[in-house]
Amino acid sequence: MMEEHARQPADEDEHSGSIVTYTVGLAFALLLTAASFIVSQTGLLWAPGVPAGLAVLAIAQMGVHLVFFLHISTGPDNTNNVLALAFGVLIAMLVVGGSLWIMANLNTNMLPASAIMEMQR
Amino acid sequence: MGTAELPGLGTTMARGGEGPAPVRIVVGYGFWIFLLSDIIMFSALFASYAVLSGQTAGGPSGRELFELRHVGVETLCLLFSSYTCGLGLLAIGRRQLRGFYLAFAITFVLGATFLGLEISEFVGMVTRGAGPSRSAFLSAFFSLVGLHGAHVTAGLLWLSFMVAQTAARGPRDFVRRRLLCFSLFWHALDIIWVALLTLVYLMGAR
Amino acid sequence: MGKLSWSAIPFDQPIPMAASLLITVGVFAVLGLVTWKGWWPYLWREWLTSVDHKRIGVMYVLLALVLLLRGFIDAIMMRSQLAIAAGGAQGYLPPEHYDQIFSAHGTIMIFFMAMPFLVGLMNFVVPLQLGVRDVAFPVLNAISFWLTASGALLVNVSLVVGEFARTGWLAYPPLSELQFSPGVGVDYYLWSLEISGIGTLLAGINMVTTILKLRAPGMTYMRMPVFCWTSLCSSMLIVAAFPVLTATFGMLLLDRYAGMHFFTNDGGGNFMMYINLIWIWGHPEVYILALPAFGIFSEVIATFAGKQLFGYRSMVLATLAICVLSFMVWLHHFFTMGAGADVNAVFGIMSMIIAIPTGVKLFNWLFTLYQGRIRFEVPVLWAIGFMVTFAIGGMTGVLQAVPPADFVLHNSLFLVAHFHNVIIGAVLFGAMAGYYYWFPKAFGFTLDRRLGMVSFWCWLVGFYLAFMPLYALGLLGMTRRMQHYADVTWQPYLIVAEAGAVVILCGIAATIAQLVVSIRTREQRRDATGDPWNGRTLEWSTTSPPPSYNFAVLPQVDSLDAFWVMKQRGPVAPPEHYQSIEVPRNSPNGFVTAFFAVVTGFALIWHIWWMAIVGLACAVLTLLVFGWVERHEDEISGEQLADAERARLRVVTPP
Repeated sequence: MMEEHARQPADEDEHSGSIVTYTVGLAFALLLTAASFIVSQTGLLWAPGVPAGLAVLAIAQMGVHLVFFLHISTGPDNTNNVLALAFGVLIAMLVVGGSLWIMANLNTNMLPASAIMEMQR
Repeated sequence: MGTAELPGLGTTMARGGEGPAPVRIVVGYGFWIFLLSDIIMFSALFASYAVLSGQTAGGPSGRELFELRHVGVETLCLLFSSYTCGLGLLAIGRRQLRGFYLAFAITFVLGATFLGLEISEFVGMVTRGAGPSRSAFLSAFFSLVGLHGAHVTAGLLWLSFMVAQTAARGPRDFVRRRLLCFSLFWHALDIIWVALLTLVYLMGAR
Repeated sequence: MGKLSWSAIPFDQPIPMAASLLITVGVFAVLGLVTWKGWWPYLWREWLTSVDHKRIGVMYVLLALVLLLRGFIDAIMMRSQLAIAAGGAQGYLPPEHYDQIFSAHGTIMIFFMAMPFLVGLMNFVVPLQLGVRDVAFPVLNAISFWLTASGALLVNVSLVVGEFARTGWLAYPPLSELQFSPGVGVDYYLWSLEISGIGTLLAGINMVTTILKLRAPGMTYMRMPVFCWTSLCSSMLIVAAFPVLTATFGMLLLDRYAGMHFFTNDGGGNFMMYINLIWIWGHPEVYILALPAFGIFSEVIATFAGKQLFGYRSMVLATLAICVLSFMVWLHHFFTMGAGADVNAVFGIMSMIIAIPTGVKLFNWLFTLYQGRIRFEVPVLWAIGFMVTFAIGGMTGVLQAVPPADFVLHNSLFLVAHFHNVIIGAVLFGAMAGYYYWFPKAFGFTLDRRLGMVSFWCWLVGFYLAFMPLYALGLLGMTRRMQHYADVTWQPYLIVAEAGAVVILCGIAATIAQLVVSIRTREQRRDATGDPWNGRTLEWSTTSPPPSYNFAVLPQVDSLDAFWVMKQRGPVAPPEHYQSIEVPRNSPNGFVTAFFAVVTGFALIWHIWWMAIVGLACAVLTLLVFGWVERHEDEISGEQLADAERARLRVVTPP
């Protein structure tokens, strides 16, 4: 249709990637992955901080993938993509975080299922 | 005109009047939404894993079962396969078919290696009596990691199909759209693997 | 053949056997009629392989209407049973059967009546309102419909072959685990919902992409009709919530088929995790149903009040707020299950907060009606009935959002009355309003008005008779899902409830009669102009029914209520020259995929492993084959468009 042809950019695959982007992304990802292994397996990071450290490194790795491999940016054409991602991340966090909070409370307040079964005997 | 007062929101709300978007954007966006739904499905399994990870029912725990060197190799395979997939997409964008076939062949090999390693890990655990029916922890582990593996398998099937279709039809519009979708899928699998690696293996092996 | 044998057919149980015979005879009668009249080529070409959103929408609504009958029969059987099973009486339905009936009633009404009805209306209307030619992915749209139909088919097969779940419509473990439900009933439930769940998810993805990426030129977000906004938010909820349903049912299936321990009593399983996850889906689900209904009422009220909808921006913001908040209240479905006071308090407060945007909407509708020139057509009656009924239901909801109150009322008939109050008030009334409102657009003639009024009043009166006693009974202590009861002082209430069900039956009969009568007298009620209600949105600018391509030229939009503004401006000279357009060709993809889905599902239910593998392999093969074959499109030439447009403009009277 007229509008479609007029709006198609000259370079069809303007997914704005280049070999440099991918290689830089790979390098970052390798570094972060190595860091994750080091943090978890050696005593380099103060022990109680390890879960938080791993979480930060994981989020950073995911960010590297999103930006360097998936080309998520904050440009005006990308707004819908970023909003959708934000919504998805919100829901994922509610599902995981909400479940953990609720189930932890249940476990504290309730007898374990095995004990309930015992009482019913 | 009805624009909202908030600045960023205002520009967003006032825009969107350019008419129907081109097919490539529509397909890419639809696939992106599908990927987000897939990630939410994984999050439900992640939640179950997180809740049930302590329920070993007297059986083996993650610390006893996970071999981090094995996992490290798997991680490298998947990460590099993501890289080569990206290179393949660049190649097809420039109509460099030989580069495309090479890149995607390597992607396939790396993905298959990942899968093979994962299957060997699963088989090893099952033969040691640590199968998915042993405990809630193991059920959650096998399902979560297994679902990711199933996605990788489907991805490899799709990859082969796309290579065949590219060979048969050439780098036409609809073929390149599908390759774009495939690469989004493949990168997303690596993102999910990062979460798996961290939450299941690295945290579990401590 | 796995667990399947002749004993699967309920020869020894009279009522299920009678029902099975009725359904089997009915299905074969219809198939026979179609064959005898030679309608198969037409049906295959025009409907079964159609990828046109309008056709698919009609099929969804037809599916919903048929399943409404099945679900309602379950309902009236339950009401009849309870009306007589007082004191020592056992009624006519044994408990094992009664349990299947209430489980099937809920499952069918939510998944195979309410969802398809609204998805069908969204499918039909949204592309037309957006001023575009179809949804983003027409073939995927067809696949979605046929997968939903497959799920509906499997549930109904359970009536004839085997049994249905006895676990209620959400199949809580440990009852739904293999240990306590070793039969095929829960498997029927799980597989049919997994299959239709995929269909629904794909439909949600399709609709989100369509609304965000495909709109007529000039239609910014803030110029979209409110129905499109509510469809967008509902579809976003589908995309976010249904994966959780798929995963949760998947885990239960793994427990049942692979001996895993997600929700079992042993091996470290935790059944509360199922309840937690299923309600993470379950609460957004009710908003998935309610939001499109709200959108329908927005359209109907504005049209028949002859005024622009009051407070468009606040409507949009309220809808978005409901969308986000709906994911933050789910624990209120299990306050009593031990999470503790602080957790309960947080979710209780969130549940009260979510009532606020709904209140905003209600006031906007009222202000739209105020000082409007209201035409009391059938859809407006449904709208007013909705506002009153939903307000009451919403209030009983907020009442139960207070955890201490809920500790008394949870799982009583008060709860049952509440959710029927809101679902019937919003979803069913909305679906009926939308059905009457958009029927002329779909078929070219209006529905009979008098029978529409009869249907409405029967539903309204019947609803109150059937459910207000249940509020009282809940407060008197009667719990849900009881097959008989000892306290005879409850019986008068239940008899009134039964009377209400009979009145609703009259309402349904009136709807059926309305359809029959309307078809027979359709020439007298032809919609020649395409705009029978003096509408405000773009769907009314097309013929009734619209051509397959909807718009010969995509409309240029520069305001809200685009069609109304066009009518005010007066006729515009048609373009000199029409560009040819391409329309997607039909595809058997959806039908074939669904066929293999049914085969696979049935095989998995009955543990016929070879058939399951074959079915799954064929489904994958279908995907690959259709993916391999290049899709051609049909071209409609500029001359054809010009002819069609000339004919249309001849008939449409200038405003």
